[in-house]
Amino acid sequence: MLELADVHAVYGPSHVLHGVSLRVGDGEVVSLLGRNGAGKSTTLKAIVGVVEVTAGDIRFEGRSLRGVPTHRVARLGIGLVPEDRRIFADLTVLDNLAVGARPDSGWTLPRVFDLFPKLAELARRRGGSLSGGEQQMLTIARTLMTGPRVLLLDEPSEGLAPVVVQAFAGNVAALKRQGVAILMAEQNLKFARRLADRAYVIEKGEIRFEGTMAALDADVSLRRAYLSV
Amino acid sequence: MVLFLIASGLSLIFGVTRVVNFAHGSFYMLAAYLAYTLAGALPLGGASFYVAVALAALAVGAVGTLVEIVLLRRVYRAPELYQLLLTFALVLVVSDVVKLVWGSENKTGPSAPGLTGAVRVAGQLVPTYDLALIALGPCVAAALWWLFYRTRWGVLIRAATLDREMVALLGVDQARLFTGVFALGSLLAGLAGALQLPRVALTTVMDAAIITEAFVVVVVGGMGSVPGALLAAVVIGVIDAFGVLLLPRASLVLTFVVMAAVLVVRPWGLMGRPEAQGRSAGGTIIAGREVAVPRALIVGLAALLLAIPPLLPTFYVWVLVEILAFALFAASLHLLMGTGGMVSFGHAAAFGMGAYGAALLVRWATAPMLLALAAAPLAAAATAVVIGFFCVRLSSIYFAMLTLAFAQIAYAIAHQWYDVTGGDNGLLGIWPARWLASPVRYYYLALAASGAGLAVLAVAGRAPFGLTLRAARDHPRRAEAVGIDVRAHQWLAFVVAGFFGGLAGGIFVFLKGSVFPESLAVAVSVEPLVMVLLGGVQSLAGAPVGAALYKLLDTVVTRYTEYWQLVLGVILVAIVLVFPRGILGTLGARGRG
Ligand SMILES: Nc1ncnc2c1ncn2[C@@H]1O[C@H](COP(=O)(O)OP(=O)(O)OP(=O)(O)O)[C@@H](O)[C@H]1O
Ligand SMILES: [Mg+2]
Repeated sequence: MLELADVHAVYGPSHVLHGVSLRVGDGEVVSLLGRNGAGKSTTLKAIVGVVEVTAGDIRFEGRSLRGVPTHRVARLGIGLVPEDRRIFADLTVLDNLAVGARPDSGWTLPRVFDLFPKLAELARRRGGSLSGGEQQMLTIARTLMTGPRVLLLDEPSEGLAPVVVQAFAGNVAALKRQGVAILMAEQNLKFARRLADRAYVIEKGEIRFEGTMAALDADVSLRRAYLSV
Repeated sequence: MVLFLIASGLSLIFGVTRVVNFAHGSFYMLAAYLAYTLAGALPLGGASFYVAVALAALAVGAVGTLVEIVLLRRVYRAPELYQLLLTFALVLVVSDVVKLVWGSENKTGPSAPGLTGAVRVAGQLVPTYDLALIALGPCVAAALWWLFYRTRWGVLIRAATLDREMVALLGVDQARLFTGVFALGSLLAGLAGALQLPRVALTTVMDAAIITEAFVVVVVGGMGSVPGALLAAVVIGVIDAFGVLLLPRASLVLTFVVMAAVLVVRPWGLMGRPEAQGRSAGGTIIAGREVAVPRALIVGLAALLLAIPPLLPTFYVWVLVEILAFALFAASLHLLMGTGGMVSFGHAAAFGMGAYGAALLVRWATAPMLLALAAAPLAAAATAVVIGFFCVRLSSIYFAMLTLAFAQIAYAIAHQWYDVTGGDNGLLGIWPARWLASPVRYYYLALAASGAGLAVLAVAGRAPFGLTLRAARDHPRRAEAVGIDVRAHQWLAFVVAGFFGGLAGGIFVFLKGSVFPESLAVAVSVEPLVMVLLGGVQSLAGAPVGAALYKLLDTVVTRYTEYWQLVLGVILVAIVLVFPRGILGTLGARGRG
């Protein structure tokens, strides 16, 4: 449903993506692995149009996303959950959720609270006062309110305590069961292995591996070369 | 409370769109004049006034909306400063439109029917209308509170104030949000202006007066914070009132001292919050690559400048001298904003301190002219040492605002220290020495001074000093990490820029033979900004090119119409929309194909 073909992207003068191609099928969980600075975040940002794409094409359900403004991409059904979470610190949890809410999204407060019961307890707290794990839930819940069919998660496990990661993996698995496709940038191979069907490995803005998680696991030299494990 | 209305609108617009809207005061003025006409024309008896106020506010709200949709929307993606240039162009246009439609004489509006008397409060007579306005303040504040905290639109606005990109990632159309905010902000400015009708005489300069005050309130309260604007409006109102009672001769200075103090201690204002991204204002303006100007061209131009003046009519020699002064002035600002990435809104302080430094020496020490001229840059540099010490601690918009505050302090001092500066009357009779008095001779002196200044600035920009400044501008953290004292370099740049800005002021004062507080006013800070952007911020050469173009436009247009601001404003708008990289930037891009 989401397909990148030979995408090049730049930040001003610096050329960061050199022809990235990848594909996310219906209801599939795909991980995008790579070291710090490999271009994972940039790939996700290129999809939603917050970095400049200079060549290649990005298609979502058959239509091209190049040049489509960010808010339109979001409305078409692509939700980016950024790596730094970007909670609106001064807004309450409820108001944070209200920003993305849309009546036709299929996601309501009860449905979100069903997935993240903790957020219901925190509803009136200021976003800035939540812990890291709570903020991670909130940022995903907030994006879910827009009703995405593909969720782009940027290093969701980063900075979370192992217990929290456990619980969090359960949430992502639940989302997968509900039919939401997920493209997940990760450095945490363990976390990715648990959830993903397929994997891409990116290094210096180029895709170096494409295959199932199992195939990646089998290839020790590849993991040594491009991942810090 | 009028101040609260206008400041909350300004703060709101900045908070969400990050546009520092210079035209906000113009909307205020426009509404006042509209209300004046409507109140006179409507056949509704006692209700005319109130209907006129409402209609004027709505009309100005509509104008603001239109401005946003037609003009600003095209430049949100452009570097921040171009938006500034655009709103500054609007200031010029509205100012002349008002003169064109209503004439330059002051107008006195009707009083508000039903609220004409006065009430005794604590032994003082206070007009009933003023009390009604004071009561209106909290009502408007409450309405705004409801809008922001009880509606989804308010949630979106607050979210966008914190993180615009995230709001877009959640599927919210920023363009519509911005239009709404601009409409609301302009409406508030319009309401403020229309409500002033019974209180003050309408003048064609009321826009400039209010916008500076509104900036003070916005900055003190915290940029983007409406509750902050309310608090600050009250604080500033009280300080104003006490200032007039206790220190009548320093009342103007007081508010700006408060603003400077707040910025030094709490740069993000009483109720604002520190910038999340903390990027410097300069980082975004350096859009293009440096444009190299062929050496042959410079030599040719220099030869032309040396050869041609004796052949020109005197008038044009004077124009050339003025261009030389402003070329140097703009170039000194370029060191700050172009090379250093520090956008100053108060560079007039350098120009004015230079001009006053020289003039005061002549006036009170009867110093010889050349000595006074040499003292001009020193006076400005000394001032810059102090101002820069505080300013370089801040980044981006707060830096700009603090420089503005200091320039305003200098302005207020020049204005109110009557015994020394002559106040409004200025200092007259500051002429060049007799042997330099002929236009052509003075021209050569100016050419030598300005040329030397430009040469030094050019060398400084390429020297390790300039490279370090650039590194600090583009990668402040990395620069610090490799052991560069970023602040010290920026401070030094501030002082050097002050030095040459002062020299420009010195050239200027002997050209005009007089100096007035206006040489320290906001307009004088904005002019070099416009010149640098006009020429192209990427290279130092842009500054003189922009200065020449600006001053020539001014001169040529003034010959044909008294409404030169209107023409200049329209030209500026065209430039921003058509050549957003400045003249040199555009030529450079062409050249590279
Ligand atoms: N705003 C920016 N301006 C310029 N270069 C950038 C910017 N953001 C990222 N880069 C560069 O782009 C490259 C890819 O960065 P990206 O953020 O996509 O990496 P990443 O794989 O997400 O790394 P991480 O694991 O650290 O998040 C890096 O070399 C980085 O330095
Ligand atoms: Mg990343």
